[in-house]
Amino acid sequence: MRFKRFILRIPLHLIVLAFTAVWLVPTLGLLVTSFRSPENIFGSGWWTVFADLFNVDQYTFKNYMQVISKQGLGRSFCNSLTISVPATLISTFMGAMVAFGFAWMKFAGRKILFLLVIGLMVVPLQMTFIPILPIYRWLGLSGTFPGIWLAHTGYGLPLTTYLLYAFISRVPTELLESASIDGASPIKIFYGIVIPLSVPALASVFIFQFLWVWNDFLVALIYLGATPKVVPVTLTLANLVTNQGQNWELLTAAAFVSMALPLVVFLSLQRHFVRGIVAGAIKG
Amino acid sequence: MLHTKRWIPWLFVGPALILILFFLTYPTLMTIVRSFYGKGTQIFASTLDFVGLANWEFVFNSPAMLAALRNNALWTVVFTLCTVTFGLLLAVLLDRVRYEKIVKSIIFIPAAISMVGASVIWKFVFAYRPVNLSQIGVLNALMVAFGREPVGWLIERPWVNNLALIVVGIWIWTGFCMVIFSAAYKNIPRDLIEAARTDGANEWHIFWGVILPLMTKTIAVVATTMIVQVLKIFDIVFVMTNGAYDTEVIANRMYKEMFNFFNYGRASAIAVVLLLLITPIMIFNIRRFTRQEAR
Repeated sequence: MRFKRFILRIPLHLIVLAFTAVWLVPTLGLLVTSFRSPENIFGSGWWTVFADLFNVDQYTFKNYMQVISKQGLGRSFCNSLTISVPATLISTFMGAMVAFGFAWMKFAGRKILFLLVIGLMVVPLQMTFIPILPIYRWLGLSGTFPGIWLAHTGYGLPLTTYLLYAFISRVPTELLESASIDGASPIKIFYGIVIPLSVPALASVFIFQFLWVWNDFLVALIYLGATPKVVPVTLTLANLVTNQGQNWELLTAAAFVSMALPLVVFLSLQRHFVRGIVAGAIKG
Repeated sequence: MLHTKRWIPWLFVGPALILILFFLTYPTLMTIVRSFYGKGTQIFASTLDFVGLANWEFVFNSPAMLAALRNNALWTVVFTLCTVTFGLLLAVLLDRVRYEKIVKSIIFIPAAISMVGASVIWKFVFAYRPVNLSQIGVLNALMVAFGREPVGWLIERPWVNNLALIVVGIWIWTGFCMVIFSAAYKNIPRDLIEAARTDGANEWHIFWGVILPLMTKTIAVVATTMIVQVLKIFDIVFVMTNGAYDTEVIANRMYKEMFNFFNYGRASAIAVVLLLLITPIMIFNIRRFTRQEAR
């Protein structure tokens, strides 16, 4: 009986294994290649390193040194941090404020404004660039960090509001009302009760938004593209693809540098990330 | 609801609403207006020509845009079908193996990295070298190992290269679908599935008769999310081919009109096409939300 069950389950394992291979092999190839010298890369496929995996002579850090210093990826990495951290903090915090306002306060146009926010969540960003660019140039905001912080906040707010609304609207009514009767102001209630209770949701939204901004290419391309010294890693990497198209030792190392931080964040905080996504998609 | 002075709510929602109005509402309206005016990079200028529907003529009648529309249609169908099917399949299958967690993480990893990074990863998988050289891309190495000629995956038009790009998109987004389906699947009461099993239903029937009907809502949400993503697909195409060899898509063409040809009129019209395509989903989302709130 157990043997029969085992045989019947072989196709199941094979399908799962096939998916795993397709999802793992491309990234593995990138990782291995980024540590090989150009001669080796073009001399033999990256999979040949497994024939002699522990022969350390075949690996090199040169590619990384070169992309980080000479190709300006080190600087872009810092730019990416300078862009993502404030942009994410602002949009998460403002999202919580708006969600609280919509969930717990009465005001004229509340319903229609909230539906507007929900609707705008899916507006293609392409619809916004043409009218904003001239204003940005006029205000001197294009090619600056404050300019991109604002843009990411404006674009991100509908989603952060929506995700946090799902959570904040479920804070127990008695808790807020009794505090209100005791004379706590809405601002006090927000800082003293809602924010502390929402920490798990805020963490999920922060991680979700942080990865989104870090990985963003389009918004940076439009508002920072013309100013090389402030561009994030995604842009520098894309420029490398255009200018160094066949130099795989540089491209693979640069790609890995651009992915390193999101990978660490993802692997260490996967649960929060997943919770944010699931909350937005199923519940809401 | 809290009782407050009338201006207090605006303290909370006001600043964000101003940002949303400035970054989303105002430009959306202006782009629609701009789509009826001619080339150039101005928005308000007396020198701008009113061209009526000329930009729309370009959108629906030029070979460049027709190719982009066709490719977007191909993207939408193949990408959405594959991400949703694979995501659902993995959610159900992985629930039945003991190494579920690790495989889930592996499939989900691409969701954490940038599309630019993923494009570099796959450009290397697709790497092509002439027959007399050894292949350094996995895919062509496999082709050669099976006695075939290496293929120019990103060059061979129009099916091979477009499908190759779509594969990259599927690779990125399947994990996202899987995670949401998996959460929904694990919410289905186990007794329900067990009861069907004791009644003698096989796994195939259980999937179609019990699991699928209970997950239709989630499937609708995931599918619409995928459609929203795929309609405005840009990064992958921009980085891997920039639309060469008939791989153009709507968003990439819009970028070219903006920054290569300085024709904001055409670029606006192209953006409005994206908006029109997404409008039904916008309405779907709003209706879904109002229904949830009513409950």
